[in-house]
Amino acid sequence: MSGSVCATAAPGIAPWRRWRRAAGPRAAGGLWRAASLLIALGVLAPLAGLAWVASGGDLAHWAHLGRHVLPQASLNTAALLAGVGVMVLLLGTACAWLVSACDFPGRGILSWALLLPLAMPTYIVAFAYLDLLHPIGPIQGAIRWLLGYDSPRQFRLPDLRSLPGAIVLLGLVLYPYVYLTARAMFMTQPAHLMEAARTLGESATRAFFRVALPLARPALAVGTGLALLETLGDIGASEFLGIQTLTVAVYTTWVTRSDLAGAAQIACSMLAIVVALLWLERRGRARQRFGSAQRMRVMQPRRLSGSAAWLALCAGGVPVLLGFVLPALYLVAESAKRLLSGGAVSPALLAALGNSLALAGGVTAATLAAALVVAWAARPVGATPNPDRWQARVAGLGYAVPGTVLALGLLTPALAFDAGLAQWLGLPGLPLMSAGVVLVVACAIRFLAMPLGGIEAGLTRLPPALELAARLLGESPAGTLRRVHLPLLRPALAAGALLVFVDAMKELPATLLLRPPGFETLSTWLYAEAARGTYEEGAIAALAIVLAGLAPVILLARQRPEGAPEVAP
Amino acid sequence: MSGPALLLQDVSLSYPGPRGQHLALDRVSLTLDAGRIGCLLGPSGCGKTTVLRAIAGFEPVRGGGVWLDGQLHSSPLTHVAPEQRRVGMMFQEYALFPHLDAAHNVAFGLRRLGAAARRARVSELLALVGLPDCAERYPHELSGGQQQRIALARALAPAPRLLLLDEPFSNLDLATRERLTSQVRDILRGAGQTAILVTHNEAEARAMADVVGTMHNGRLTHWLENGPRID
Repeated sequence: MSGSVCATAAPGIAPWRRWRRAAGPRAAGGLWRAASLLIALGVLAPLAGLAWVASGGDLAHWAHLGRHVLPQASLNTAALLAGVGVMVLLLGTACAWLVSACDFPGRGILSWALLLPLAMPTYIVAFAYLDLLHPIGPIQGAIRWLLGYDSPRQFRLPDLRSLPGAIVLLGLVLYPYVYLTARAMFMTQPAHLMEAARTLGESATRAFFRVALPLARPALAVGTGLALLETLGDIGASEFLGIQTLTVAVYTTWVTRSDLAGAAQIACSMLAIVVALLWLERRGRARQRFGSAQRMRVMQPRRLSGSAAWLALCAGGVPVLLGFVLPALYLVAESAKRLLSGGAVSPALLAALGNSLALAGGVTAATLAAALVVAWAARPVGATPNPDRWQARVAGLGYAVPGTVLALGLLTPALAFDAGLAQWLGLPGLPLMSAGVVLVVACAIRFLAMPLGGIEAGLTRLPPALELAARLLGESPAGTLRRVHLPLLRPALAAGALLVFVDAMKELPATLLLRPPGFETLSTWLYAEAARGTYEEGAIAALAIVLAGLAPVILLARQRPEGAPEVAP
Repeated sequence: MSGPALLLQDVSLSYPGPRGQHLALDRVSLTLDAGRIGCLLGPSGCGKTTVLRAIAGFEPVRGGGVWLDGQLHSSPLTHVAPEQRRVGMMFQEYALFPHLDAAHNVAFGLRRLGAAARRARVSELLALVGLPDCAERYPHELSGGQQQRIALARALAPAPRLLLLDEPFSNLDLATRERLTSQVRDILRGAGQTAILVTHNEAEARAMADVVGTMHNGRLTHWLENGPRID
């Protein structure tokens, strides 16, 4: 069965038939492909909605924004992105190299411990450190005691609520994105490349800068890009630390001033930054054909001993300490204090916990189903490329759009659809919105990329002969999926489900904007408390989120980079 | 220059294995005069690559010593870093830097030269290996045989005192292998380059080397002059 496009004239065939694709095996049935198309278009809907609303505002509006809101917010955002970018690049690369190139006692533990800050959402780490580093808090008090001062008026550390403070905090919890990808590159670095550099007169350090680092550039670009997208979309930390970023501007313009058009216009300028970031990442990944087809001996780590080994362990331990251990201990201490003094947890907090779990569950189910549909419809079949694979590319774009922007963009089409539905069904109000369906859809769009990538990778790893055998034995494509592929895809599905579940539990910006009235999750609870400045049960909510966030970190820690030798603890 | 270009005396080497220390080299001794090509022949796992790595400085020696041009470079008490030994190496896996084109690969070890001198040396070497037009091609755009010739050019560029060849032809097909073997031999002889080749292919050893030694289980036997060659 040939899959080639019959573009050349064949005698006796009507002209309009020439452009129809020749008969060949299809990846999936019509209904399946229609669903996949719908999902891909659904991901584009918020962007379209945003453009629509933004174009609705008048020019005077733009001028006002351009003069008063945008300049400072843009500057802050640019400075934040630049600072965080440099910090995660340096910190992530240095830690990755330390763990790959050197061997010292405790290296195995450090290797996965450096991932722990991933479990700390940005808004929680800001929440924790604002209290920890408070002028009359424990840390500053201890420093004053050491130095012999009595009151904050005599000595205080620089305020955390500043741009440098925000850069350091965000860098401390986002560096694992770079660390993860860089470590994978360095650990599978073919040894002979570094050795060749040594025989040509380069010391180990120079060989790192001239060979290992350029080769790792694609991985560093991907990691930094992810960290910067997280920074751009962050709302909790920026607001708690008093930084007026573009995201905060979007949020306050909509929530405080009810100015949807204005908010949409700021959001559009944020999308321009997203495009710039994605372009930078793509350039960093350019010429990625660095892979070699031959089997490779990987680099042997250099054994350190004595004081060098201790120094390495301490240096590597600092990010773990600051990015995870200290805030986590603070949360545990505060939660214990609260529980021991007050007794039980308030029913409202328990309700918020239930809501978080329900939301996460719903989002996971929806996202996994959507990812499966799209991945299956777009999978490669035979030698000719699948014409539907653009849908998979589009469906995976949601991760790059900041949560606030996504939620805002989804509002207009969702409200219109909801109003129409209500009218048709004769229901009052906005049924889908009140039921939280719109929130689930927004989260699904945002988190689709992860399970999609995992399922696609899982499908390509399965030998194509499996499907051929099943089809020849009379099974339809859908049946093959159910009986052959799904059981074999279980690990990929489980990993994807875990990642989405935890991300949905941590989610803040979209939840704030799209939740039904009176619907509190753990993250919104925390946000409200921090906004009021009352640290009551916030610590318990934060602790629950962090504990949930540990699960994917453990999963990541147990995977090792392909081809890398086992690192003994 | 005093003494032979390369002298190994009772070199022993071990590294940690699944059951304690594994003796990889057991009192290996050999000498090689300047301008001659030596060859270590043996099955895989016999330790011939380990000899090269010890000479290059990638493995510490537990006993004996390695002298280059009469100076001690490796012993249980001394170890000169690989980048200071002026020893070049060709690898089985080519090891061309994938992010640099052929010219920049060849120029990699020529940092101390001025730009003009560097350019001249690169052109000279590319012509020597018969690839003058490949300067701007990247490794993935070159065939296996071409990659190995660029690797040779790169290793020869800084005029090393000794060239180590670690089974450089075993990843190539038979026809390319035979052609390349004689080409490399002619280049090395023409330049008067001292070299040690490691291979499991006896025909290659006979074709290229002046002195051939057999290795087995970490021991070197028969470091002997090669018999008359039929060219």
